[in-house]
Amino acid sequence: MTNPNNISLNISHALKFIDSHALDIPMLTILGDNGEVLEGAQAPDIDKETALRLYSTMRFIRLLDERMQAAQRQGRVSFYMQCLGEEAAITASAAALKQDDMIMAQYREQAAIAYRGFTLEQFMNQLFSNEKDLGKGRQMPVHYGSKELHYMTISSPLGTQIPQATGYAYGQKLKHIDKETGKLGSEIDNVTICYFGEGAASEGDFHAGLNMAAVHEAPVIFFARNNGYAISTPADEQFKGDGIASRGVGYGIKTIRVDGADALAVFAATQAARKIAAEQGEPVLIESIAYRLGAHSTSDDPSGYRSKEEEAAFKANCPIERFKKWLLKQGWLDEKEDEAAKDKIREDILAAVKVAEKVQKPALEELVSDVYDTPIPSLQKQYEELKEHIKQHPDAYPVTAGRIK
Amino acid sequence: MAKMNMLHAINSALDITMNEHPQACIFGEDVGYFGGVFRATSGLQEKYGKHRVFNTPLTEQGILGFANGLAAFGAPALAEIQFADYIFPAFDQIVNESAKFRYRSGNEFNVGNLTIRTPYGGGIAGGLYHSQSPEAYFAHTPGLKLVVPRNPYQAKGLLRACIKDDNPVIFFEPKRLYRASVGEVPEEDYTLEIGKAEVVKTGSDVTLLAWGAQMEIIEQAAAKAEEAGISCEVIDLRSILPWDVETVAKSVVKTGRLIVSHEAPITNGFGAEIAATIQQECFLHLESPIARVCGLDTPYPLALEKEYVPDALKVFAAIKKSVEF
Repeated sequence: MTNPNNISLNISHALKFIDSHALDIPMLTILGDNGEVLEGAQAPDIDKETALRLYSTMRFIRLLDERMQAAQRQGRVSFYMQCLGEEAAITASAAALKQDDMIMAQYREQAAIAYRGFTLEQFMNQLFSNEKDLGKGRQMPVHYGSKELHYMTISSPLGTQIPQATGYAYGQKLKHIDKETGKLGSEIDNVTICYFGEGAASEGDFHAGLNMAAVHEAPVIFFARNNGYAISTPADEQFKGDGIASRGVGYGIKTIRVDGADALAVFAATQAARKIAAEQGEPVLIESIAYRLGAHSTSDDPSGYRSKEEEAAFKANCPIERFKKWLLKQGWLDEKEDEAAKDKIREDILAAVKVAEKVQKPALEELVSDVYDTPIPSLQKQYEELKEHIKQHPDAYPVTAGRIK
Repeated sequence: MAKMNMLHAINSALDITMNEHPQACIFGEDVGYFGGVFRATSGLQEKYGKHRVFNTPLTEQGILGFANGLAAFGAPALAEIQFADYIFPAFDQIVNESAKFRYRSGNEFNVGNLTIRTPYGGGIAGGLYHSQSPEAYFAHTPGLKLVVPRNPYQAKGLLRACIKDDNPVIFFEPKRLYRASVGEVPEEDYTLEIGKAEVVKTGSDVTLLAWGAQMEIIEQAAAKAEEAGISCEVIDLRSILPWDVETVAKSVVKTGRLIVSHEAPITNGFGAEIAATIQQECFLHLESPIARVCGLDTPYPLALEKEYVPDALKVFAAIKKSVEF
């Protein structure tokens, strides 16, 4: 053992502190405000089909968010969270992955599951917690999940997905490890991306997850969405260092910061990160900078903690418009068709709301199923007692009373 | 059959699992080359490789977060928390994540592959932070299973059952017995059913109920009681969640008396749940109040450990009080 402390062996005789902001971290930007590729920047390798799928997903999510925010205000759904301002960060990163790479998100990443193919009907079933919801109506709106789409079901506690992503990615790597050498023997077929906000990065799970990913060399892409606010708490009351990216280096993780309102920059960075994760079997940290244009959730009112002027300044920098201008320059998008598509999406959403809100709630059985693989005896007993009680007072429990077997 | 202590039995169960599933992983603090501070994972890294048996950084929440992810992926995740006293940084990952993984996703995802092993309990001069019995905290969490073995044979069969069970399980290992308890254990694979208590001695006057290391204590108390002409039925609960109400109730219907004993503090200990359920199930059969002989409502002490623990003498005193009620 020549280096038991695991440090760089760099001896100095001058007493000097390293500055607390010694890393002057650049932010990768590729697209200009007018959809032009900036001088010195290189557009990533993205084909027309992927670019249009990316754009149409962002367009859909913006309209879904507008409509469902309104639906919440009308009292039709209990709660909603918008992706406003972060559509490019989420969608372009998801677009740079393979369809069967695992996505472990925080909650504001509906664009990623939409990109994978989650249908409008599936969105509505979850939002209305009806019996067709894959999550069986158990979680608040926007807690999406789908095994088929490799999108881990959202859990409200913040940051818990971070060390889980490390473990999941480690599992993905296992079969590629050469038994004799213990080293990576082949390119990893699937990796994991893990989204979280700059606020969640204050949780202990962030530290645990990144440190373990680095030590155990898990092929996970940590995607920090630094959107400026954790509900009402601004980033300067959340941490003192240079964003989240500065921490990556501390963990020994390759790190990049990107303009999160720039779909091409996000796509390029995630594509490169995926290559590192899959080929070298190690984690990567991406910090995306995109302003949270909307409220934290429908239970929040940002006018209490930030100015209209600040919001207006960022509103001008719409990630969807910026990417759209690039698509128009490429000649891949027709403005008229785009407007027609938006009208159609609005109509579809309205129609889907009307259908989903009429679908009945899950049956009583779903109250006790899935706590375990099969109900344990004490729970089974409680269930039988509850059924008897409801049968005796059917008017008090109209949602389930008529369907008890 | 071979003579094994509890560590050997646990090691054997882990060995069988690692051999059975090419993706099973054992991880925790110092479990790698060193084989764990108690040596439960001794020799397994050499046998299965550093990528499957490895030390983790010192982060319990990280160990359980990682374990949840690995289990959700589909690999048997065998996580060790070095002492149950240090499981609390992982409380959120266990209570909010492991326990709710299946339910919250509508069974889209689950962590049935997760088994958490952790040494618990006193008797090793461990003071506040190497002695606790935190089972009751977890017993309040639907979605978890909790299992505690009393000897090497039980340890191997129950641990294998926990690993095979398609739900997250915490396996509490009575560390005082790791080397002290020795017995015949089959070298081949076998399982013991989770959720079933075992009547280890039949009797007619009073039912004594415990689990894990406390079994030895109530068996000693039962022997003393026999000398005094009191016939005790002794039951090992084995599983705390789910727990075998039927076996306990059947015994109490017969004896009319129940004494529950655990090392954890009495208030809100699992004995409280047992007492509440058994008075419900056996109300008209009870000859005396259900008694609990447990730790005091203090942190686990060091110099005064002997005074604190529910020893055989305290259990015997409770037996006499119960039959003389």
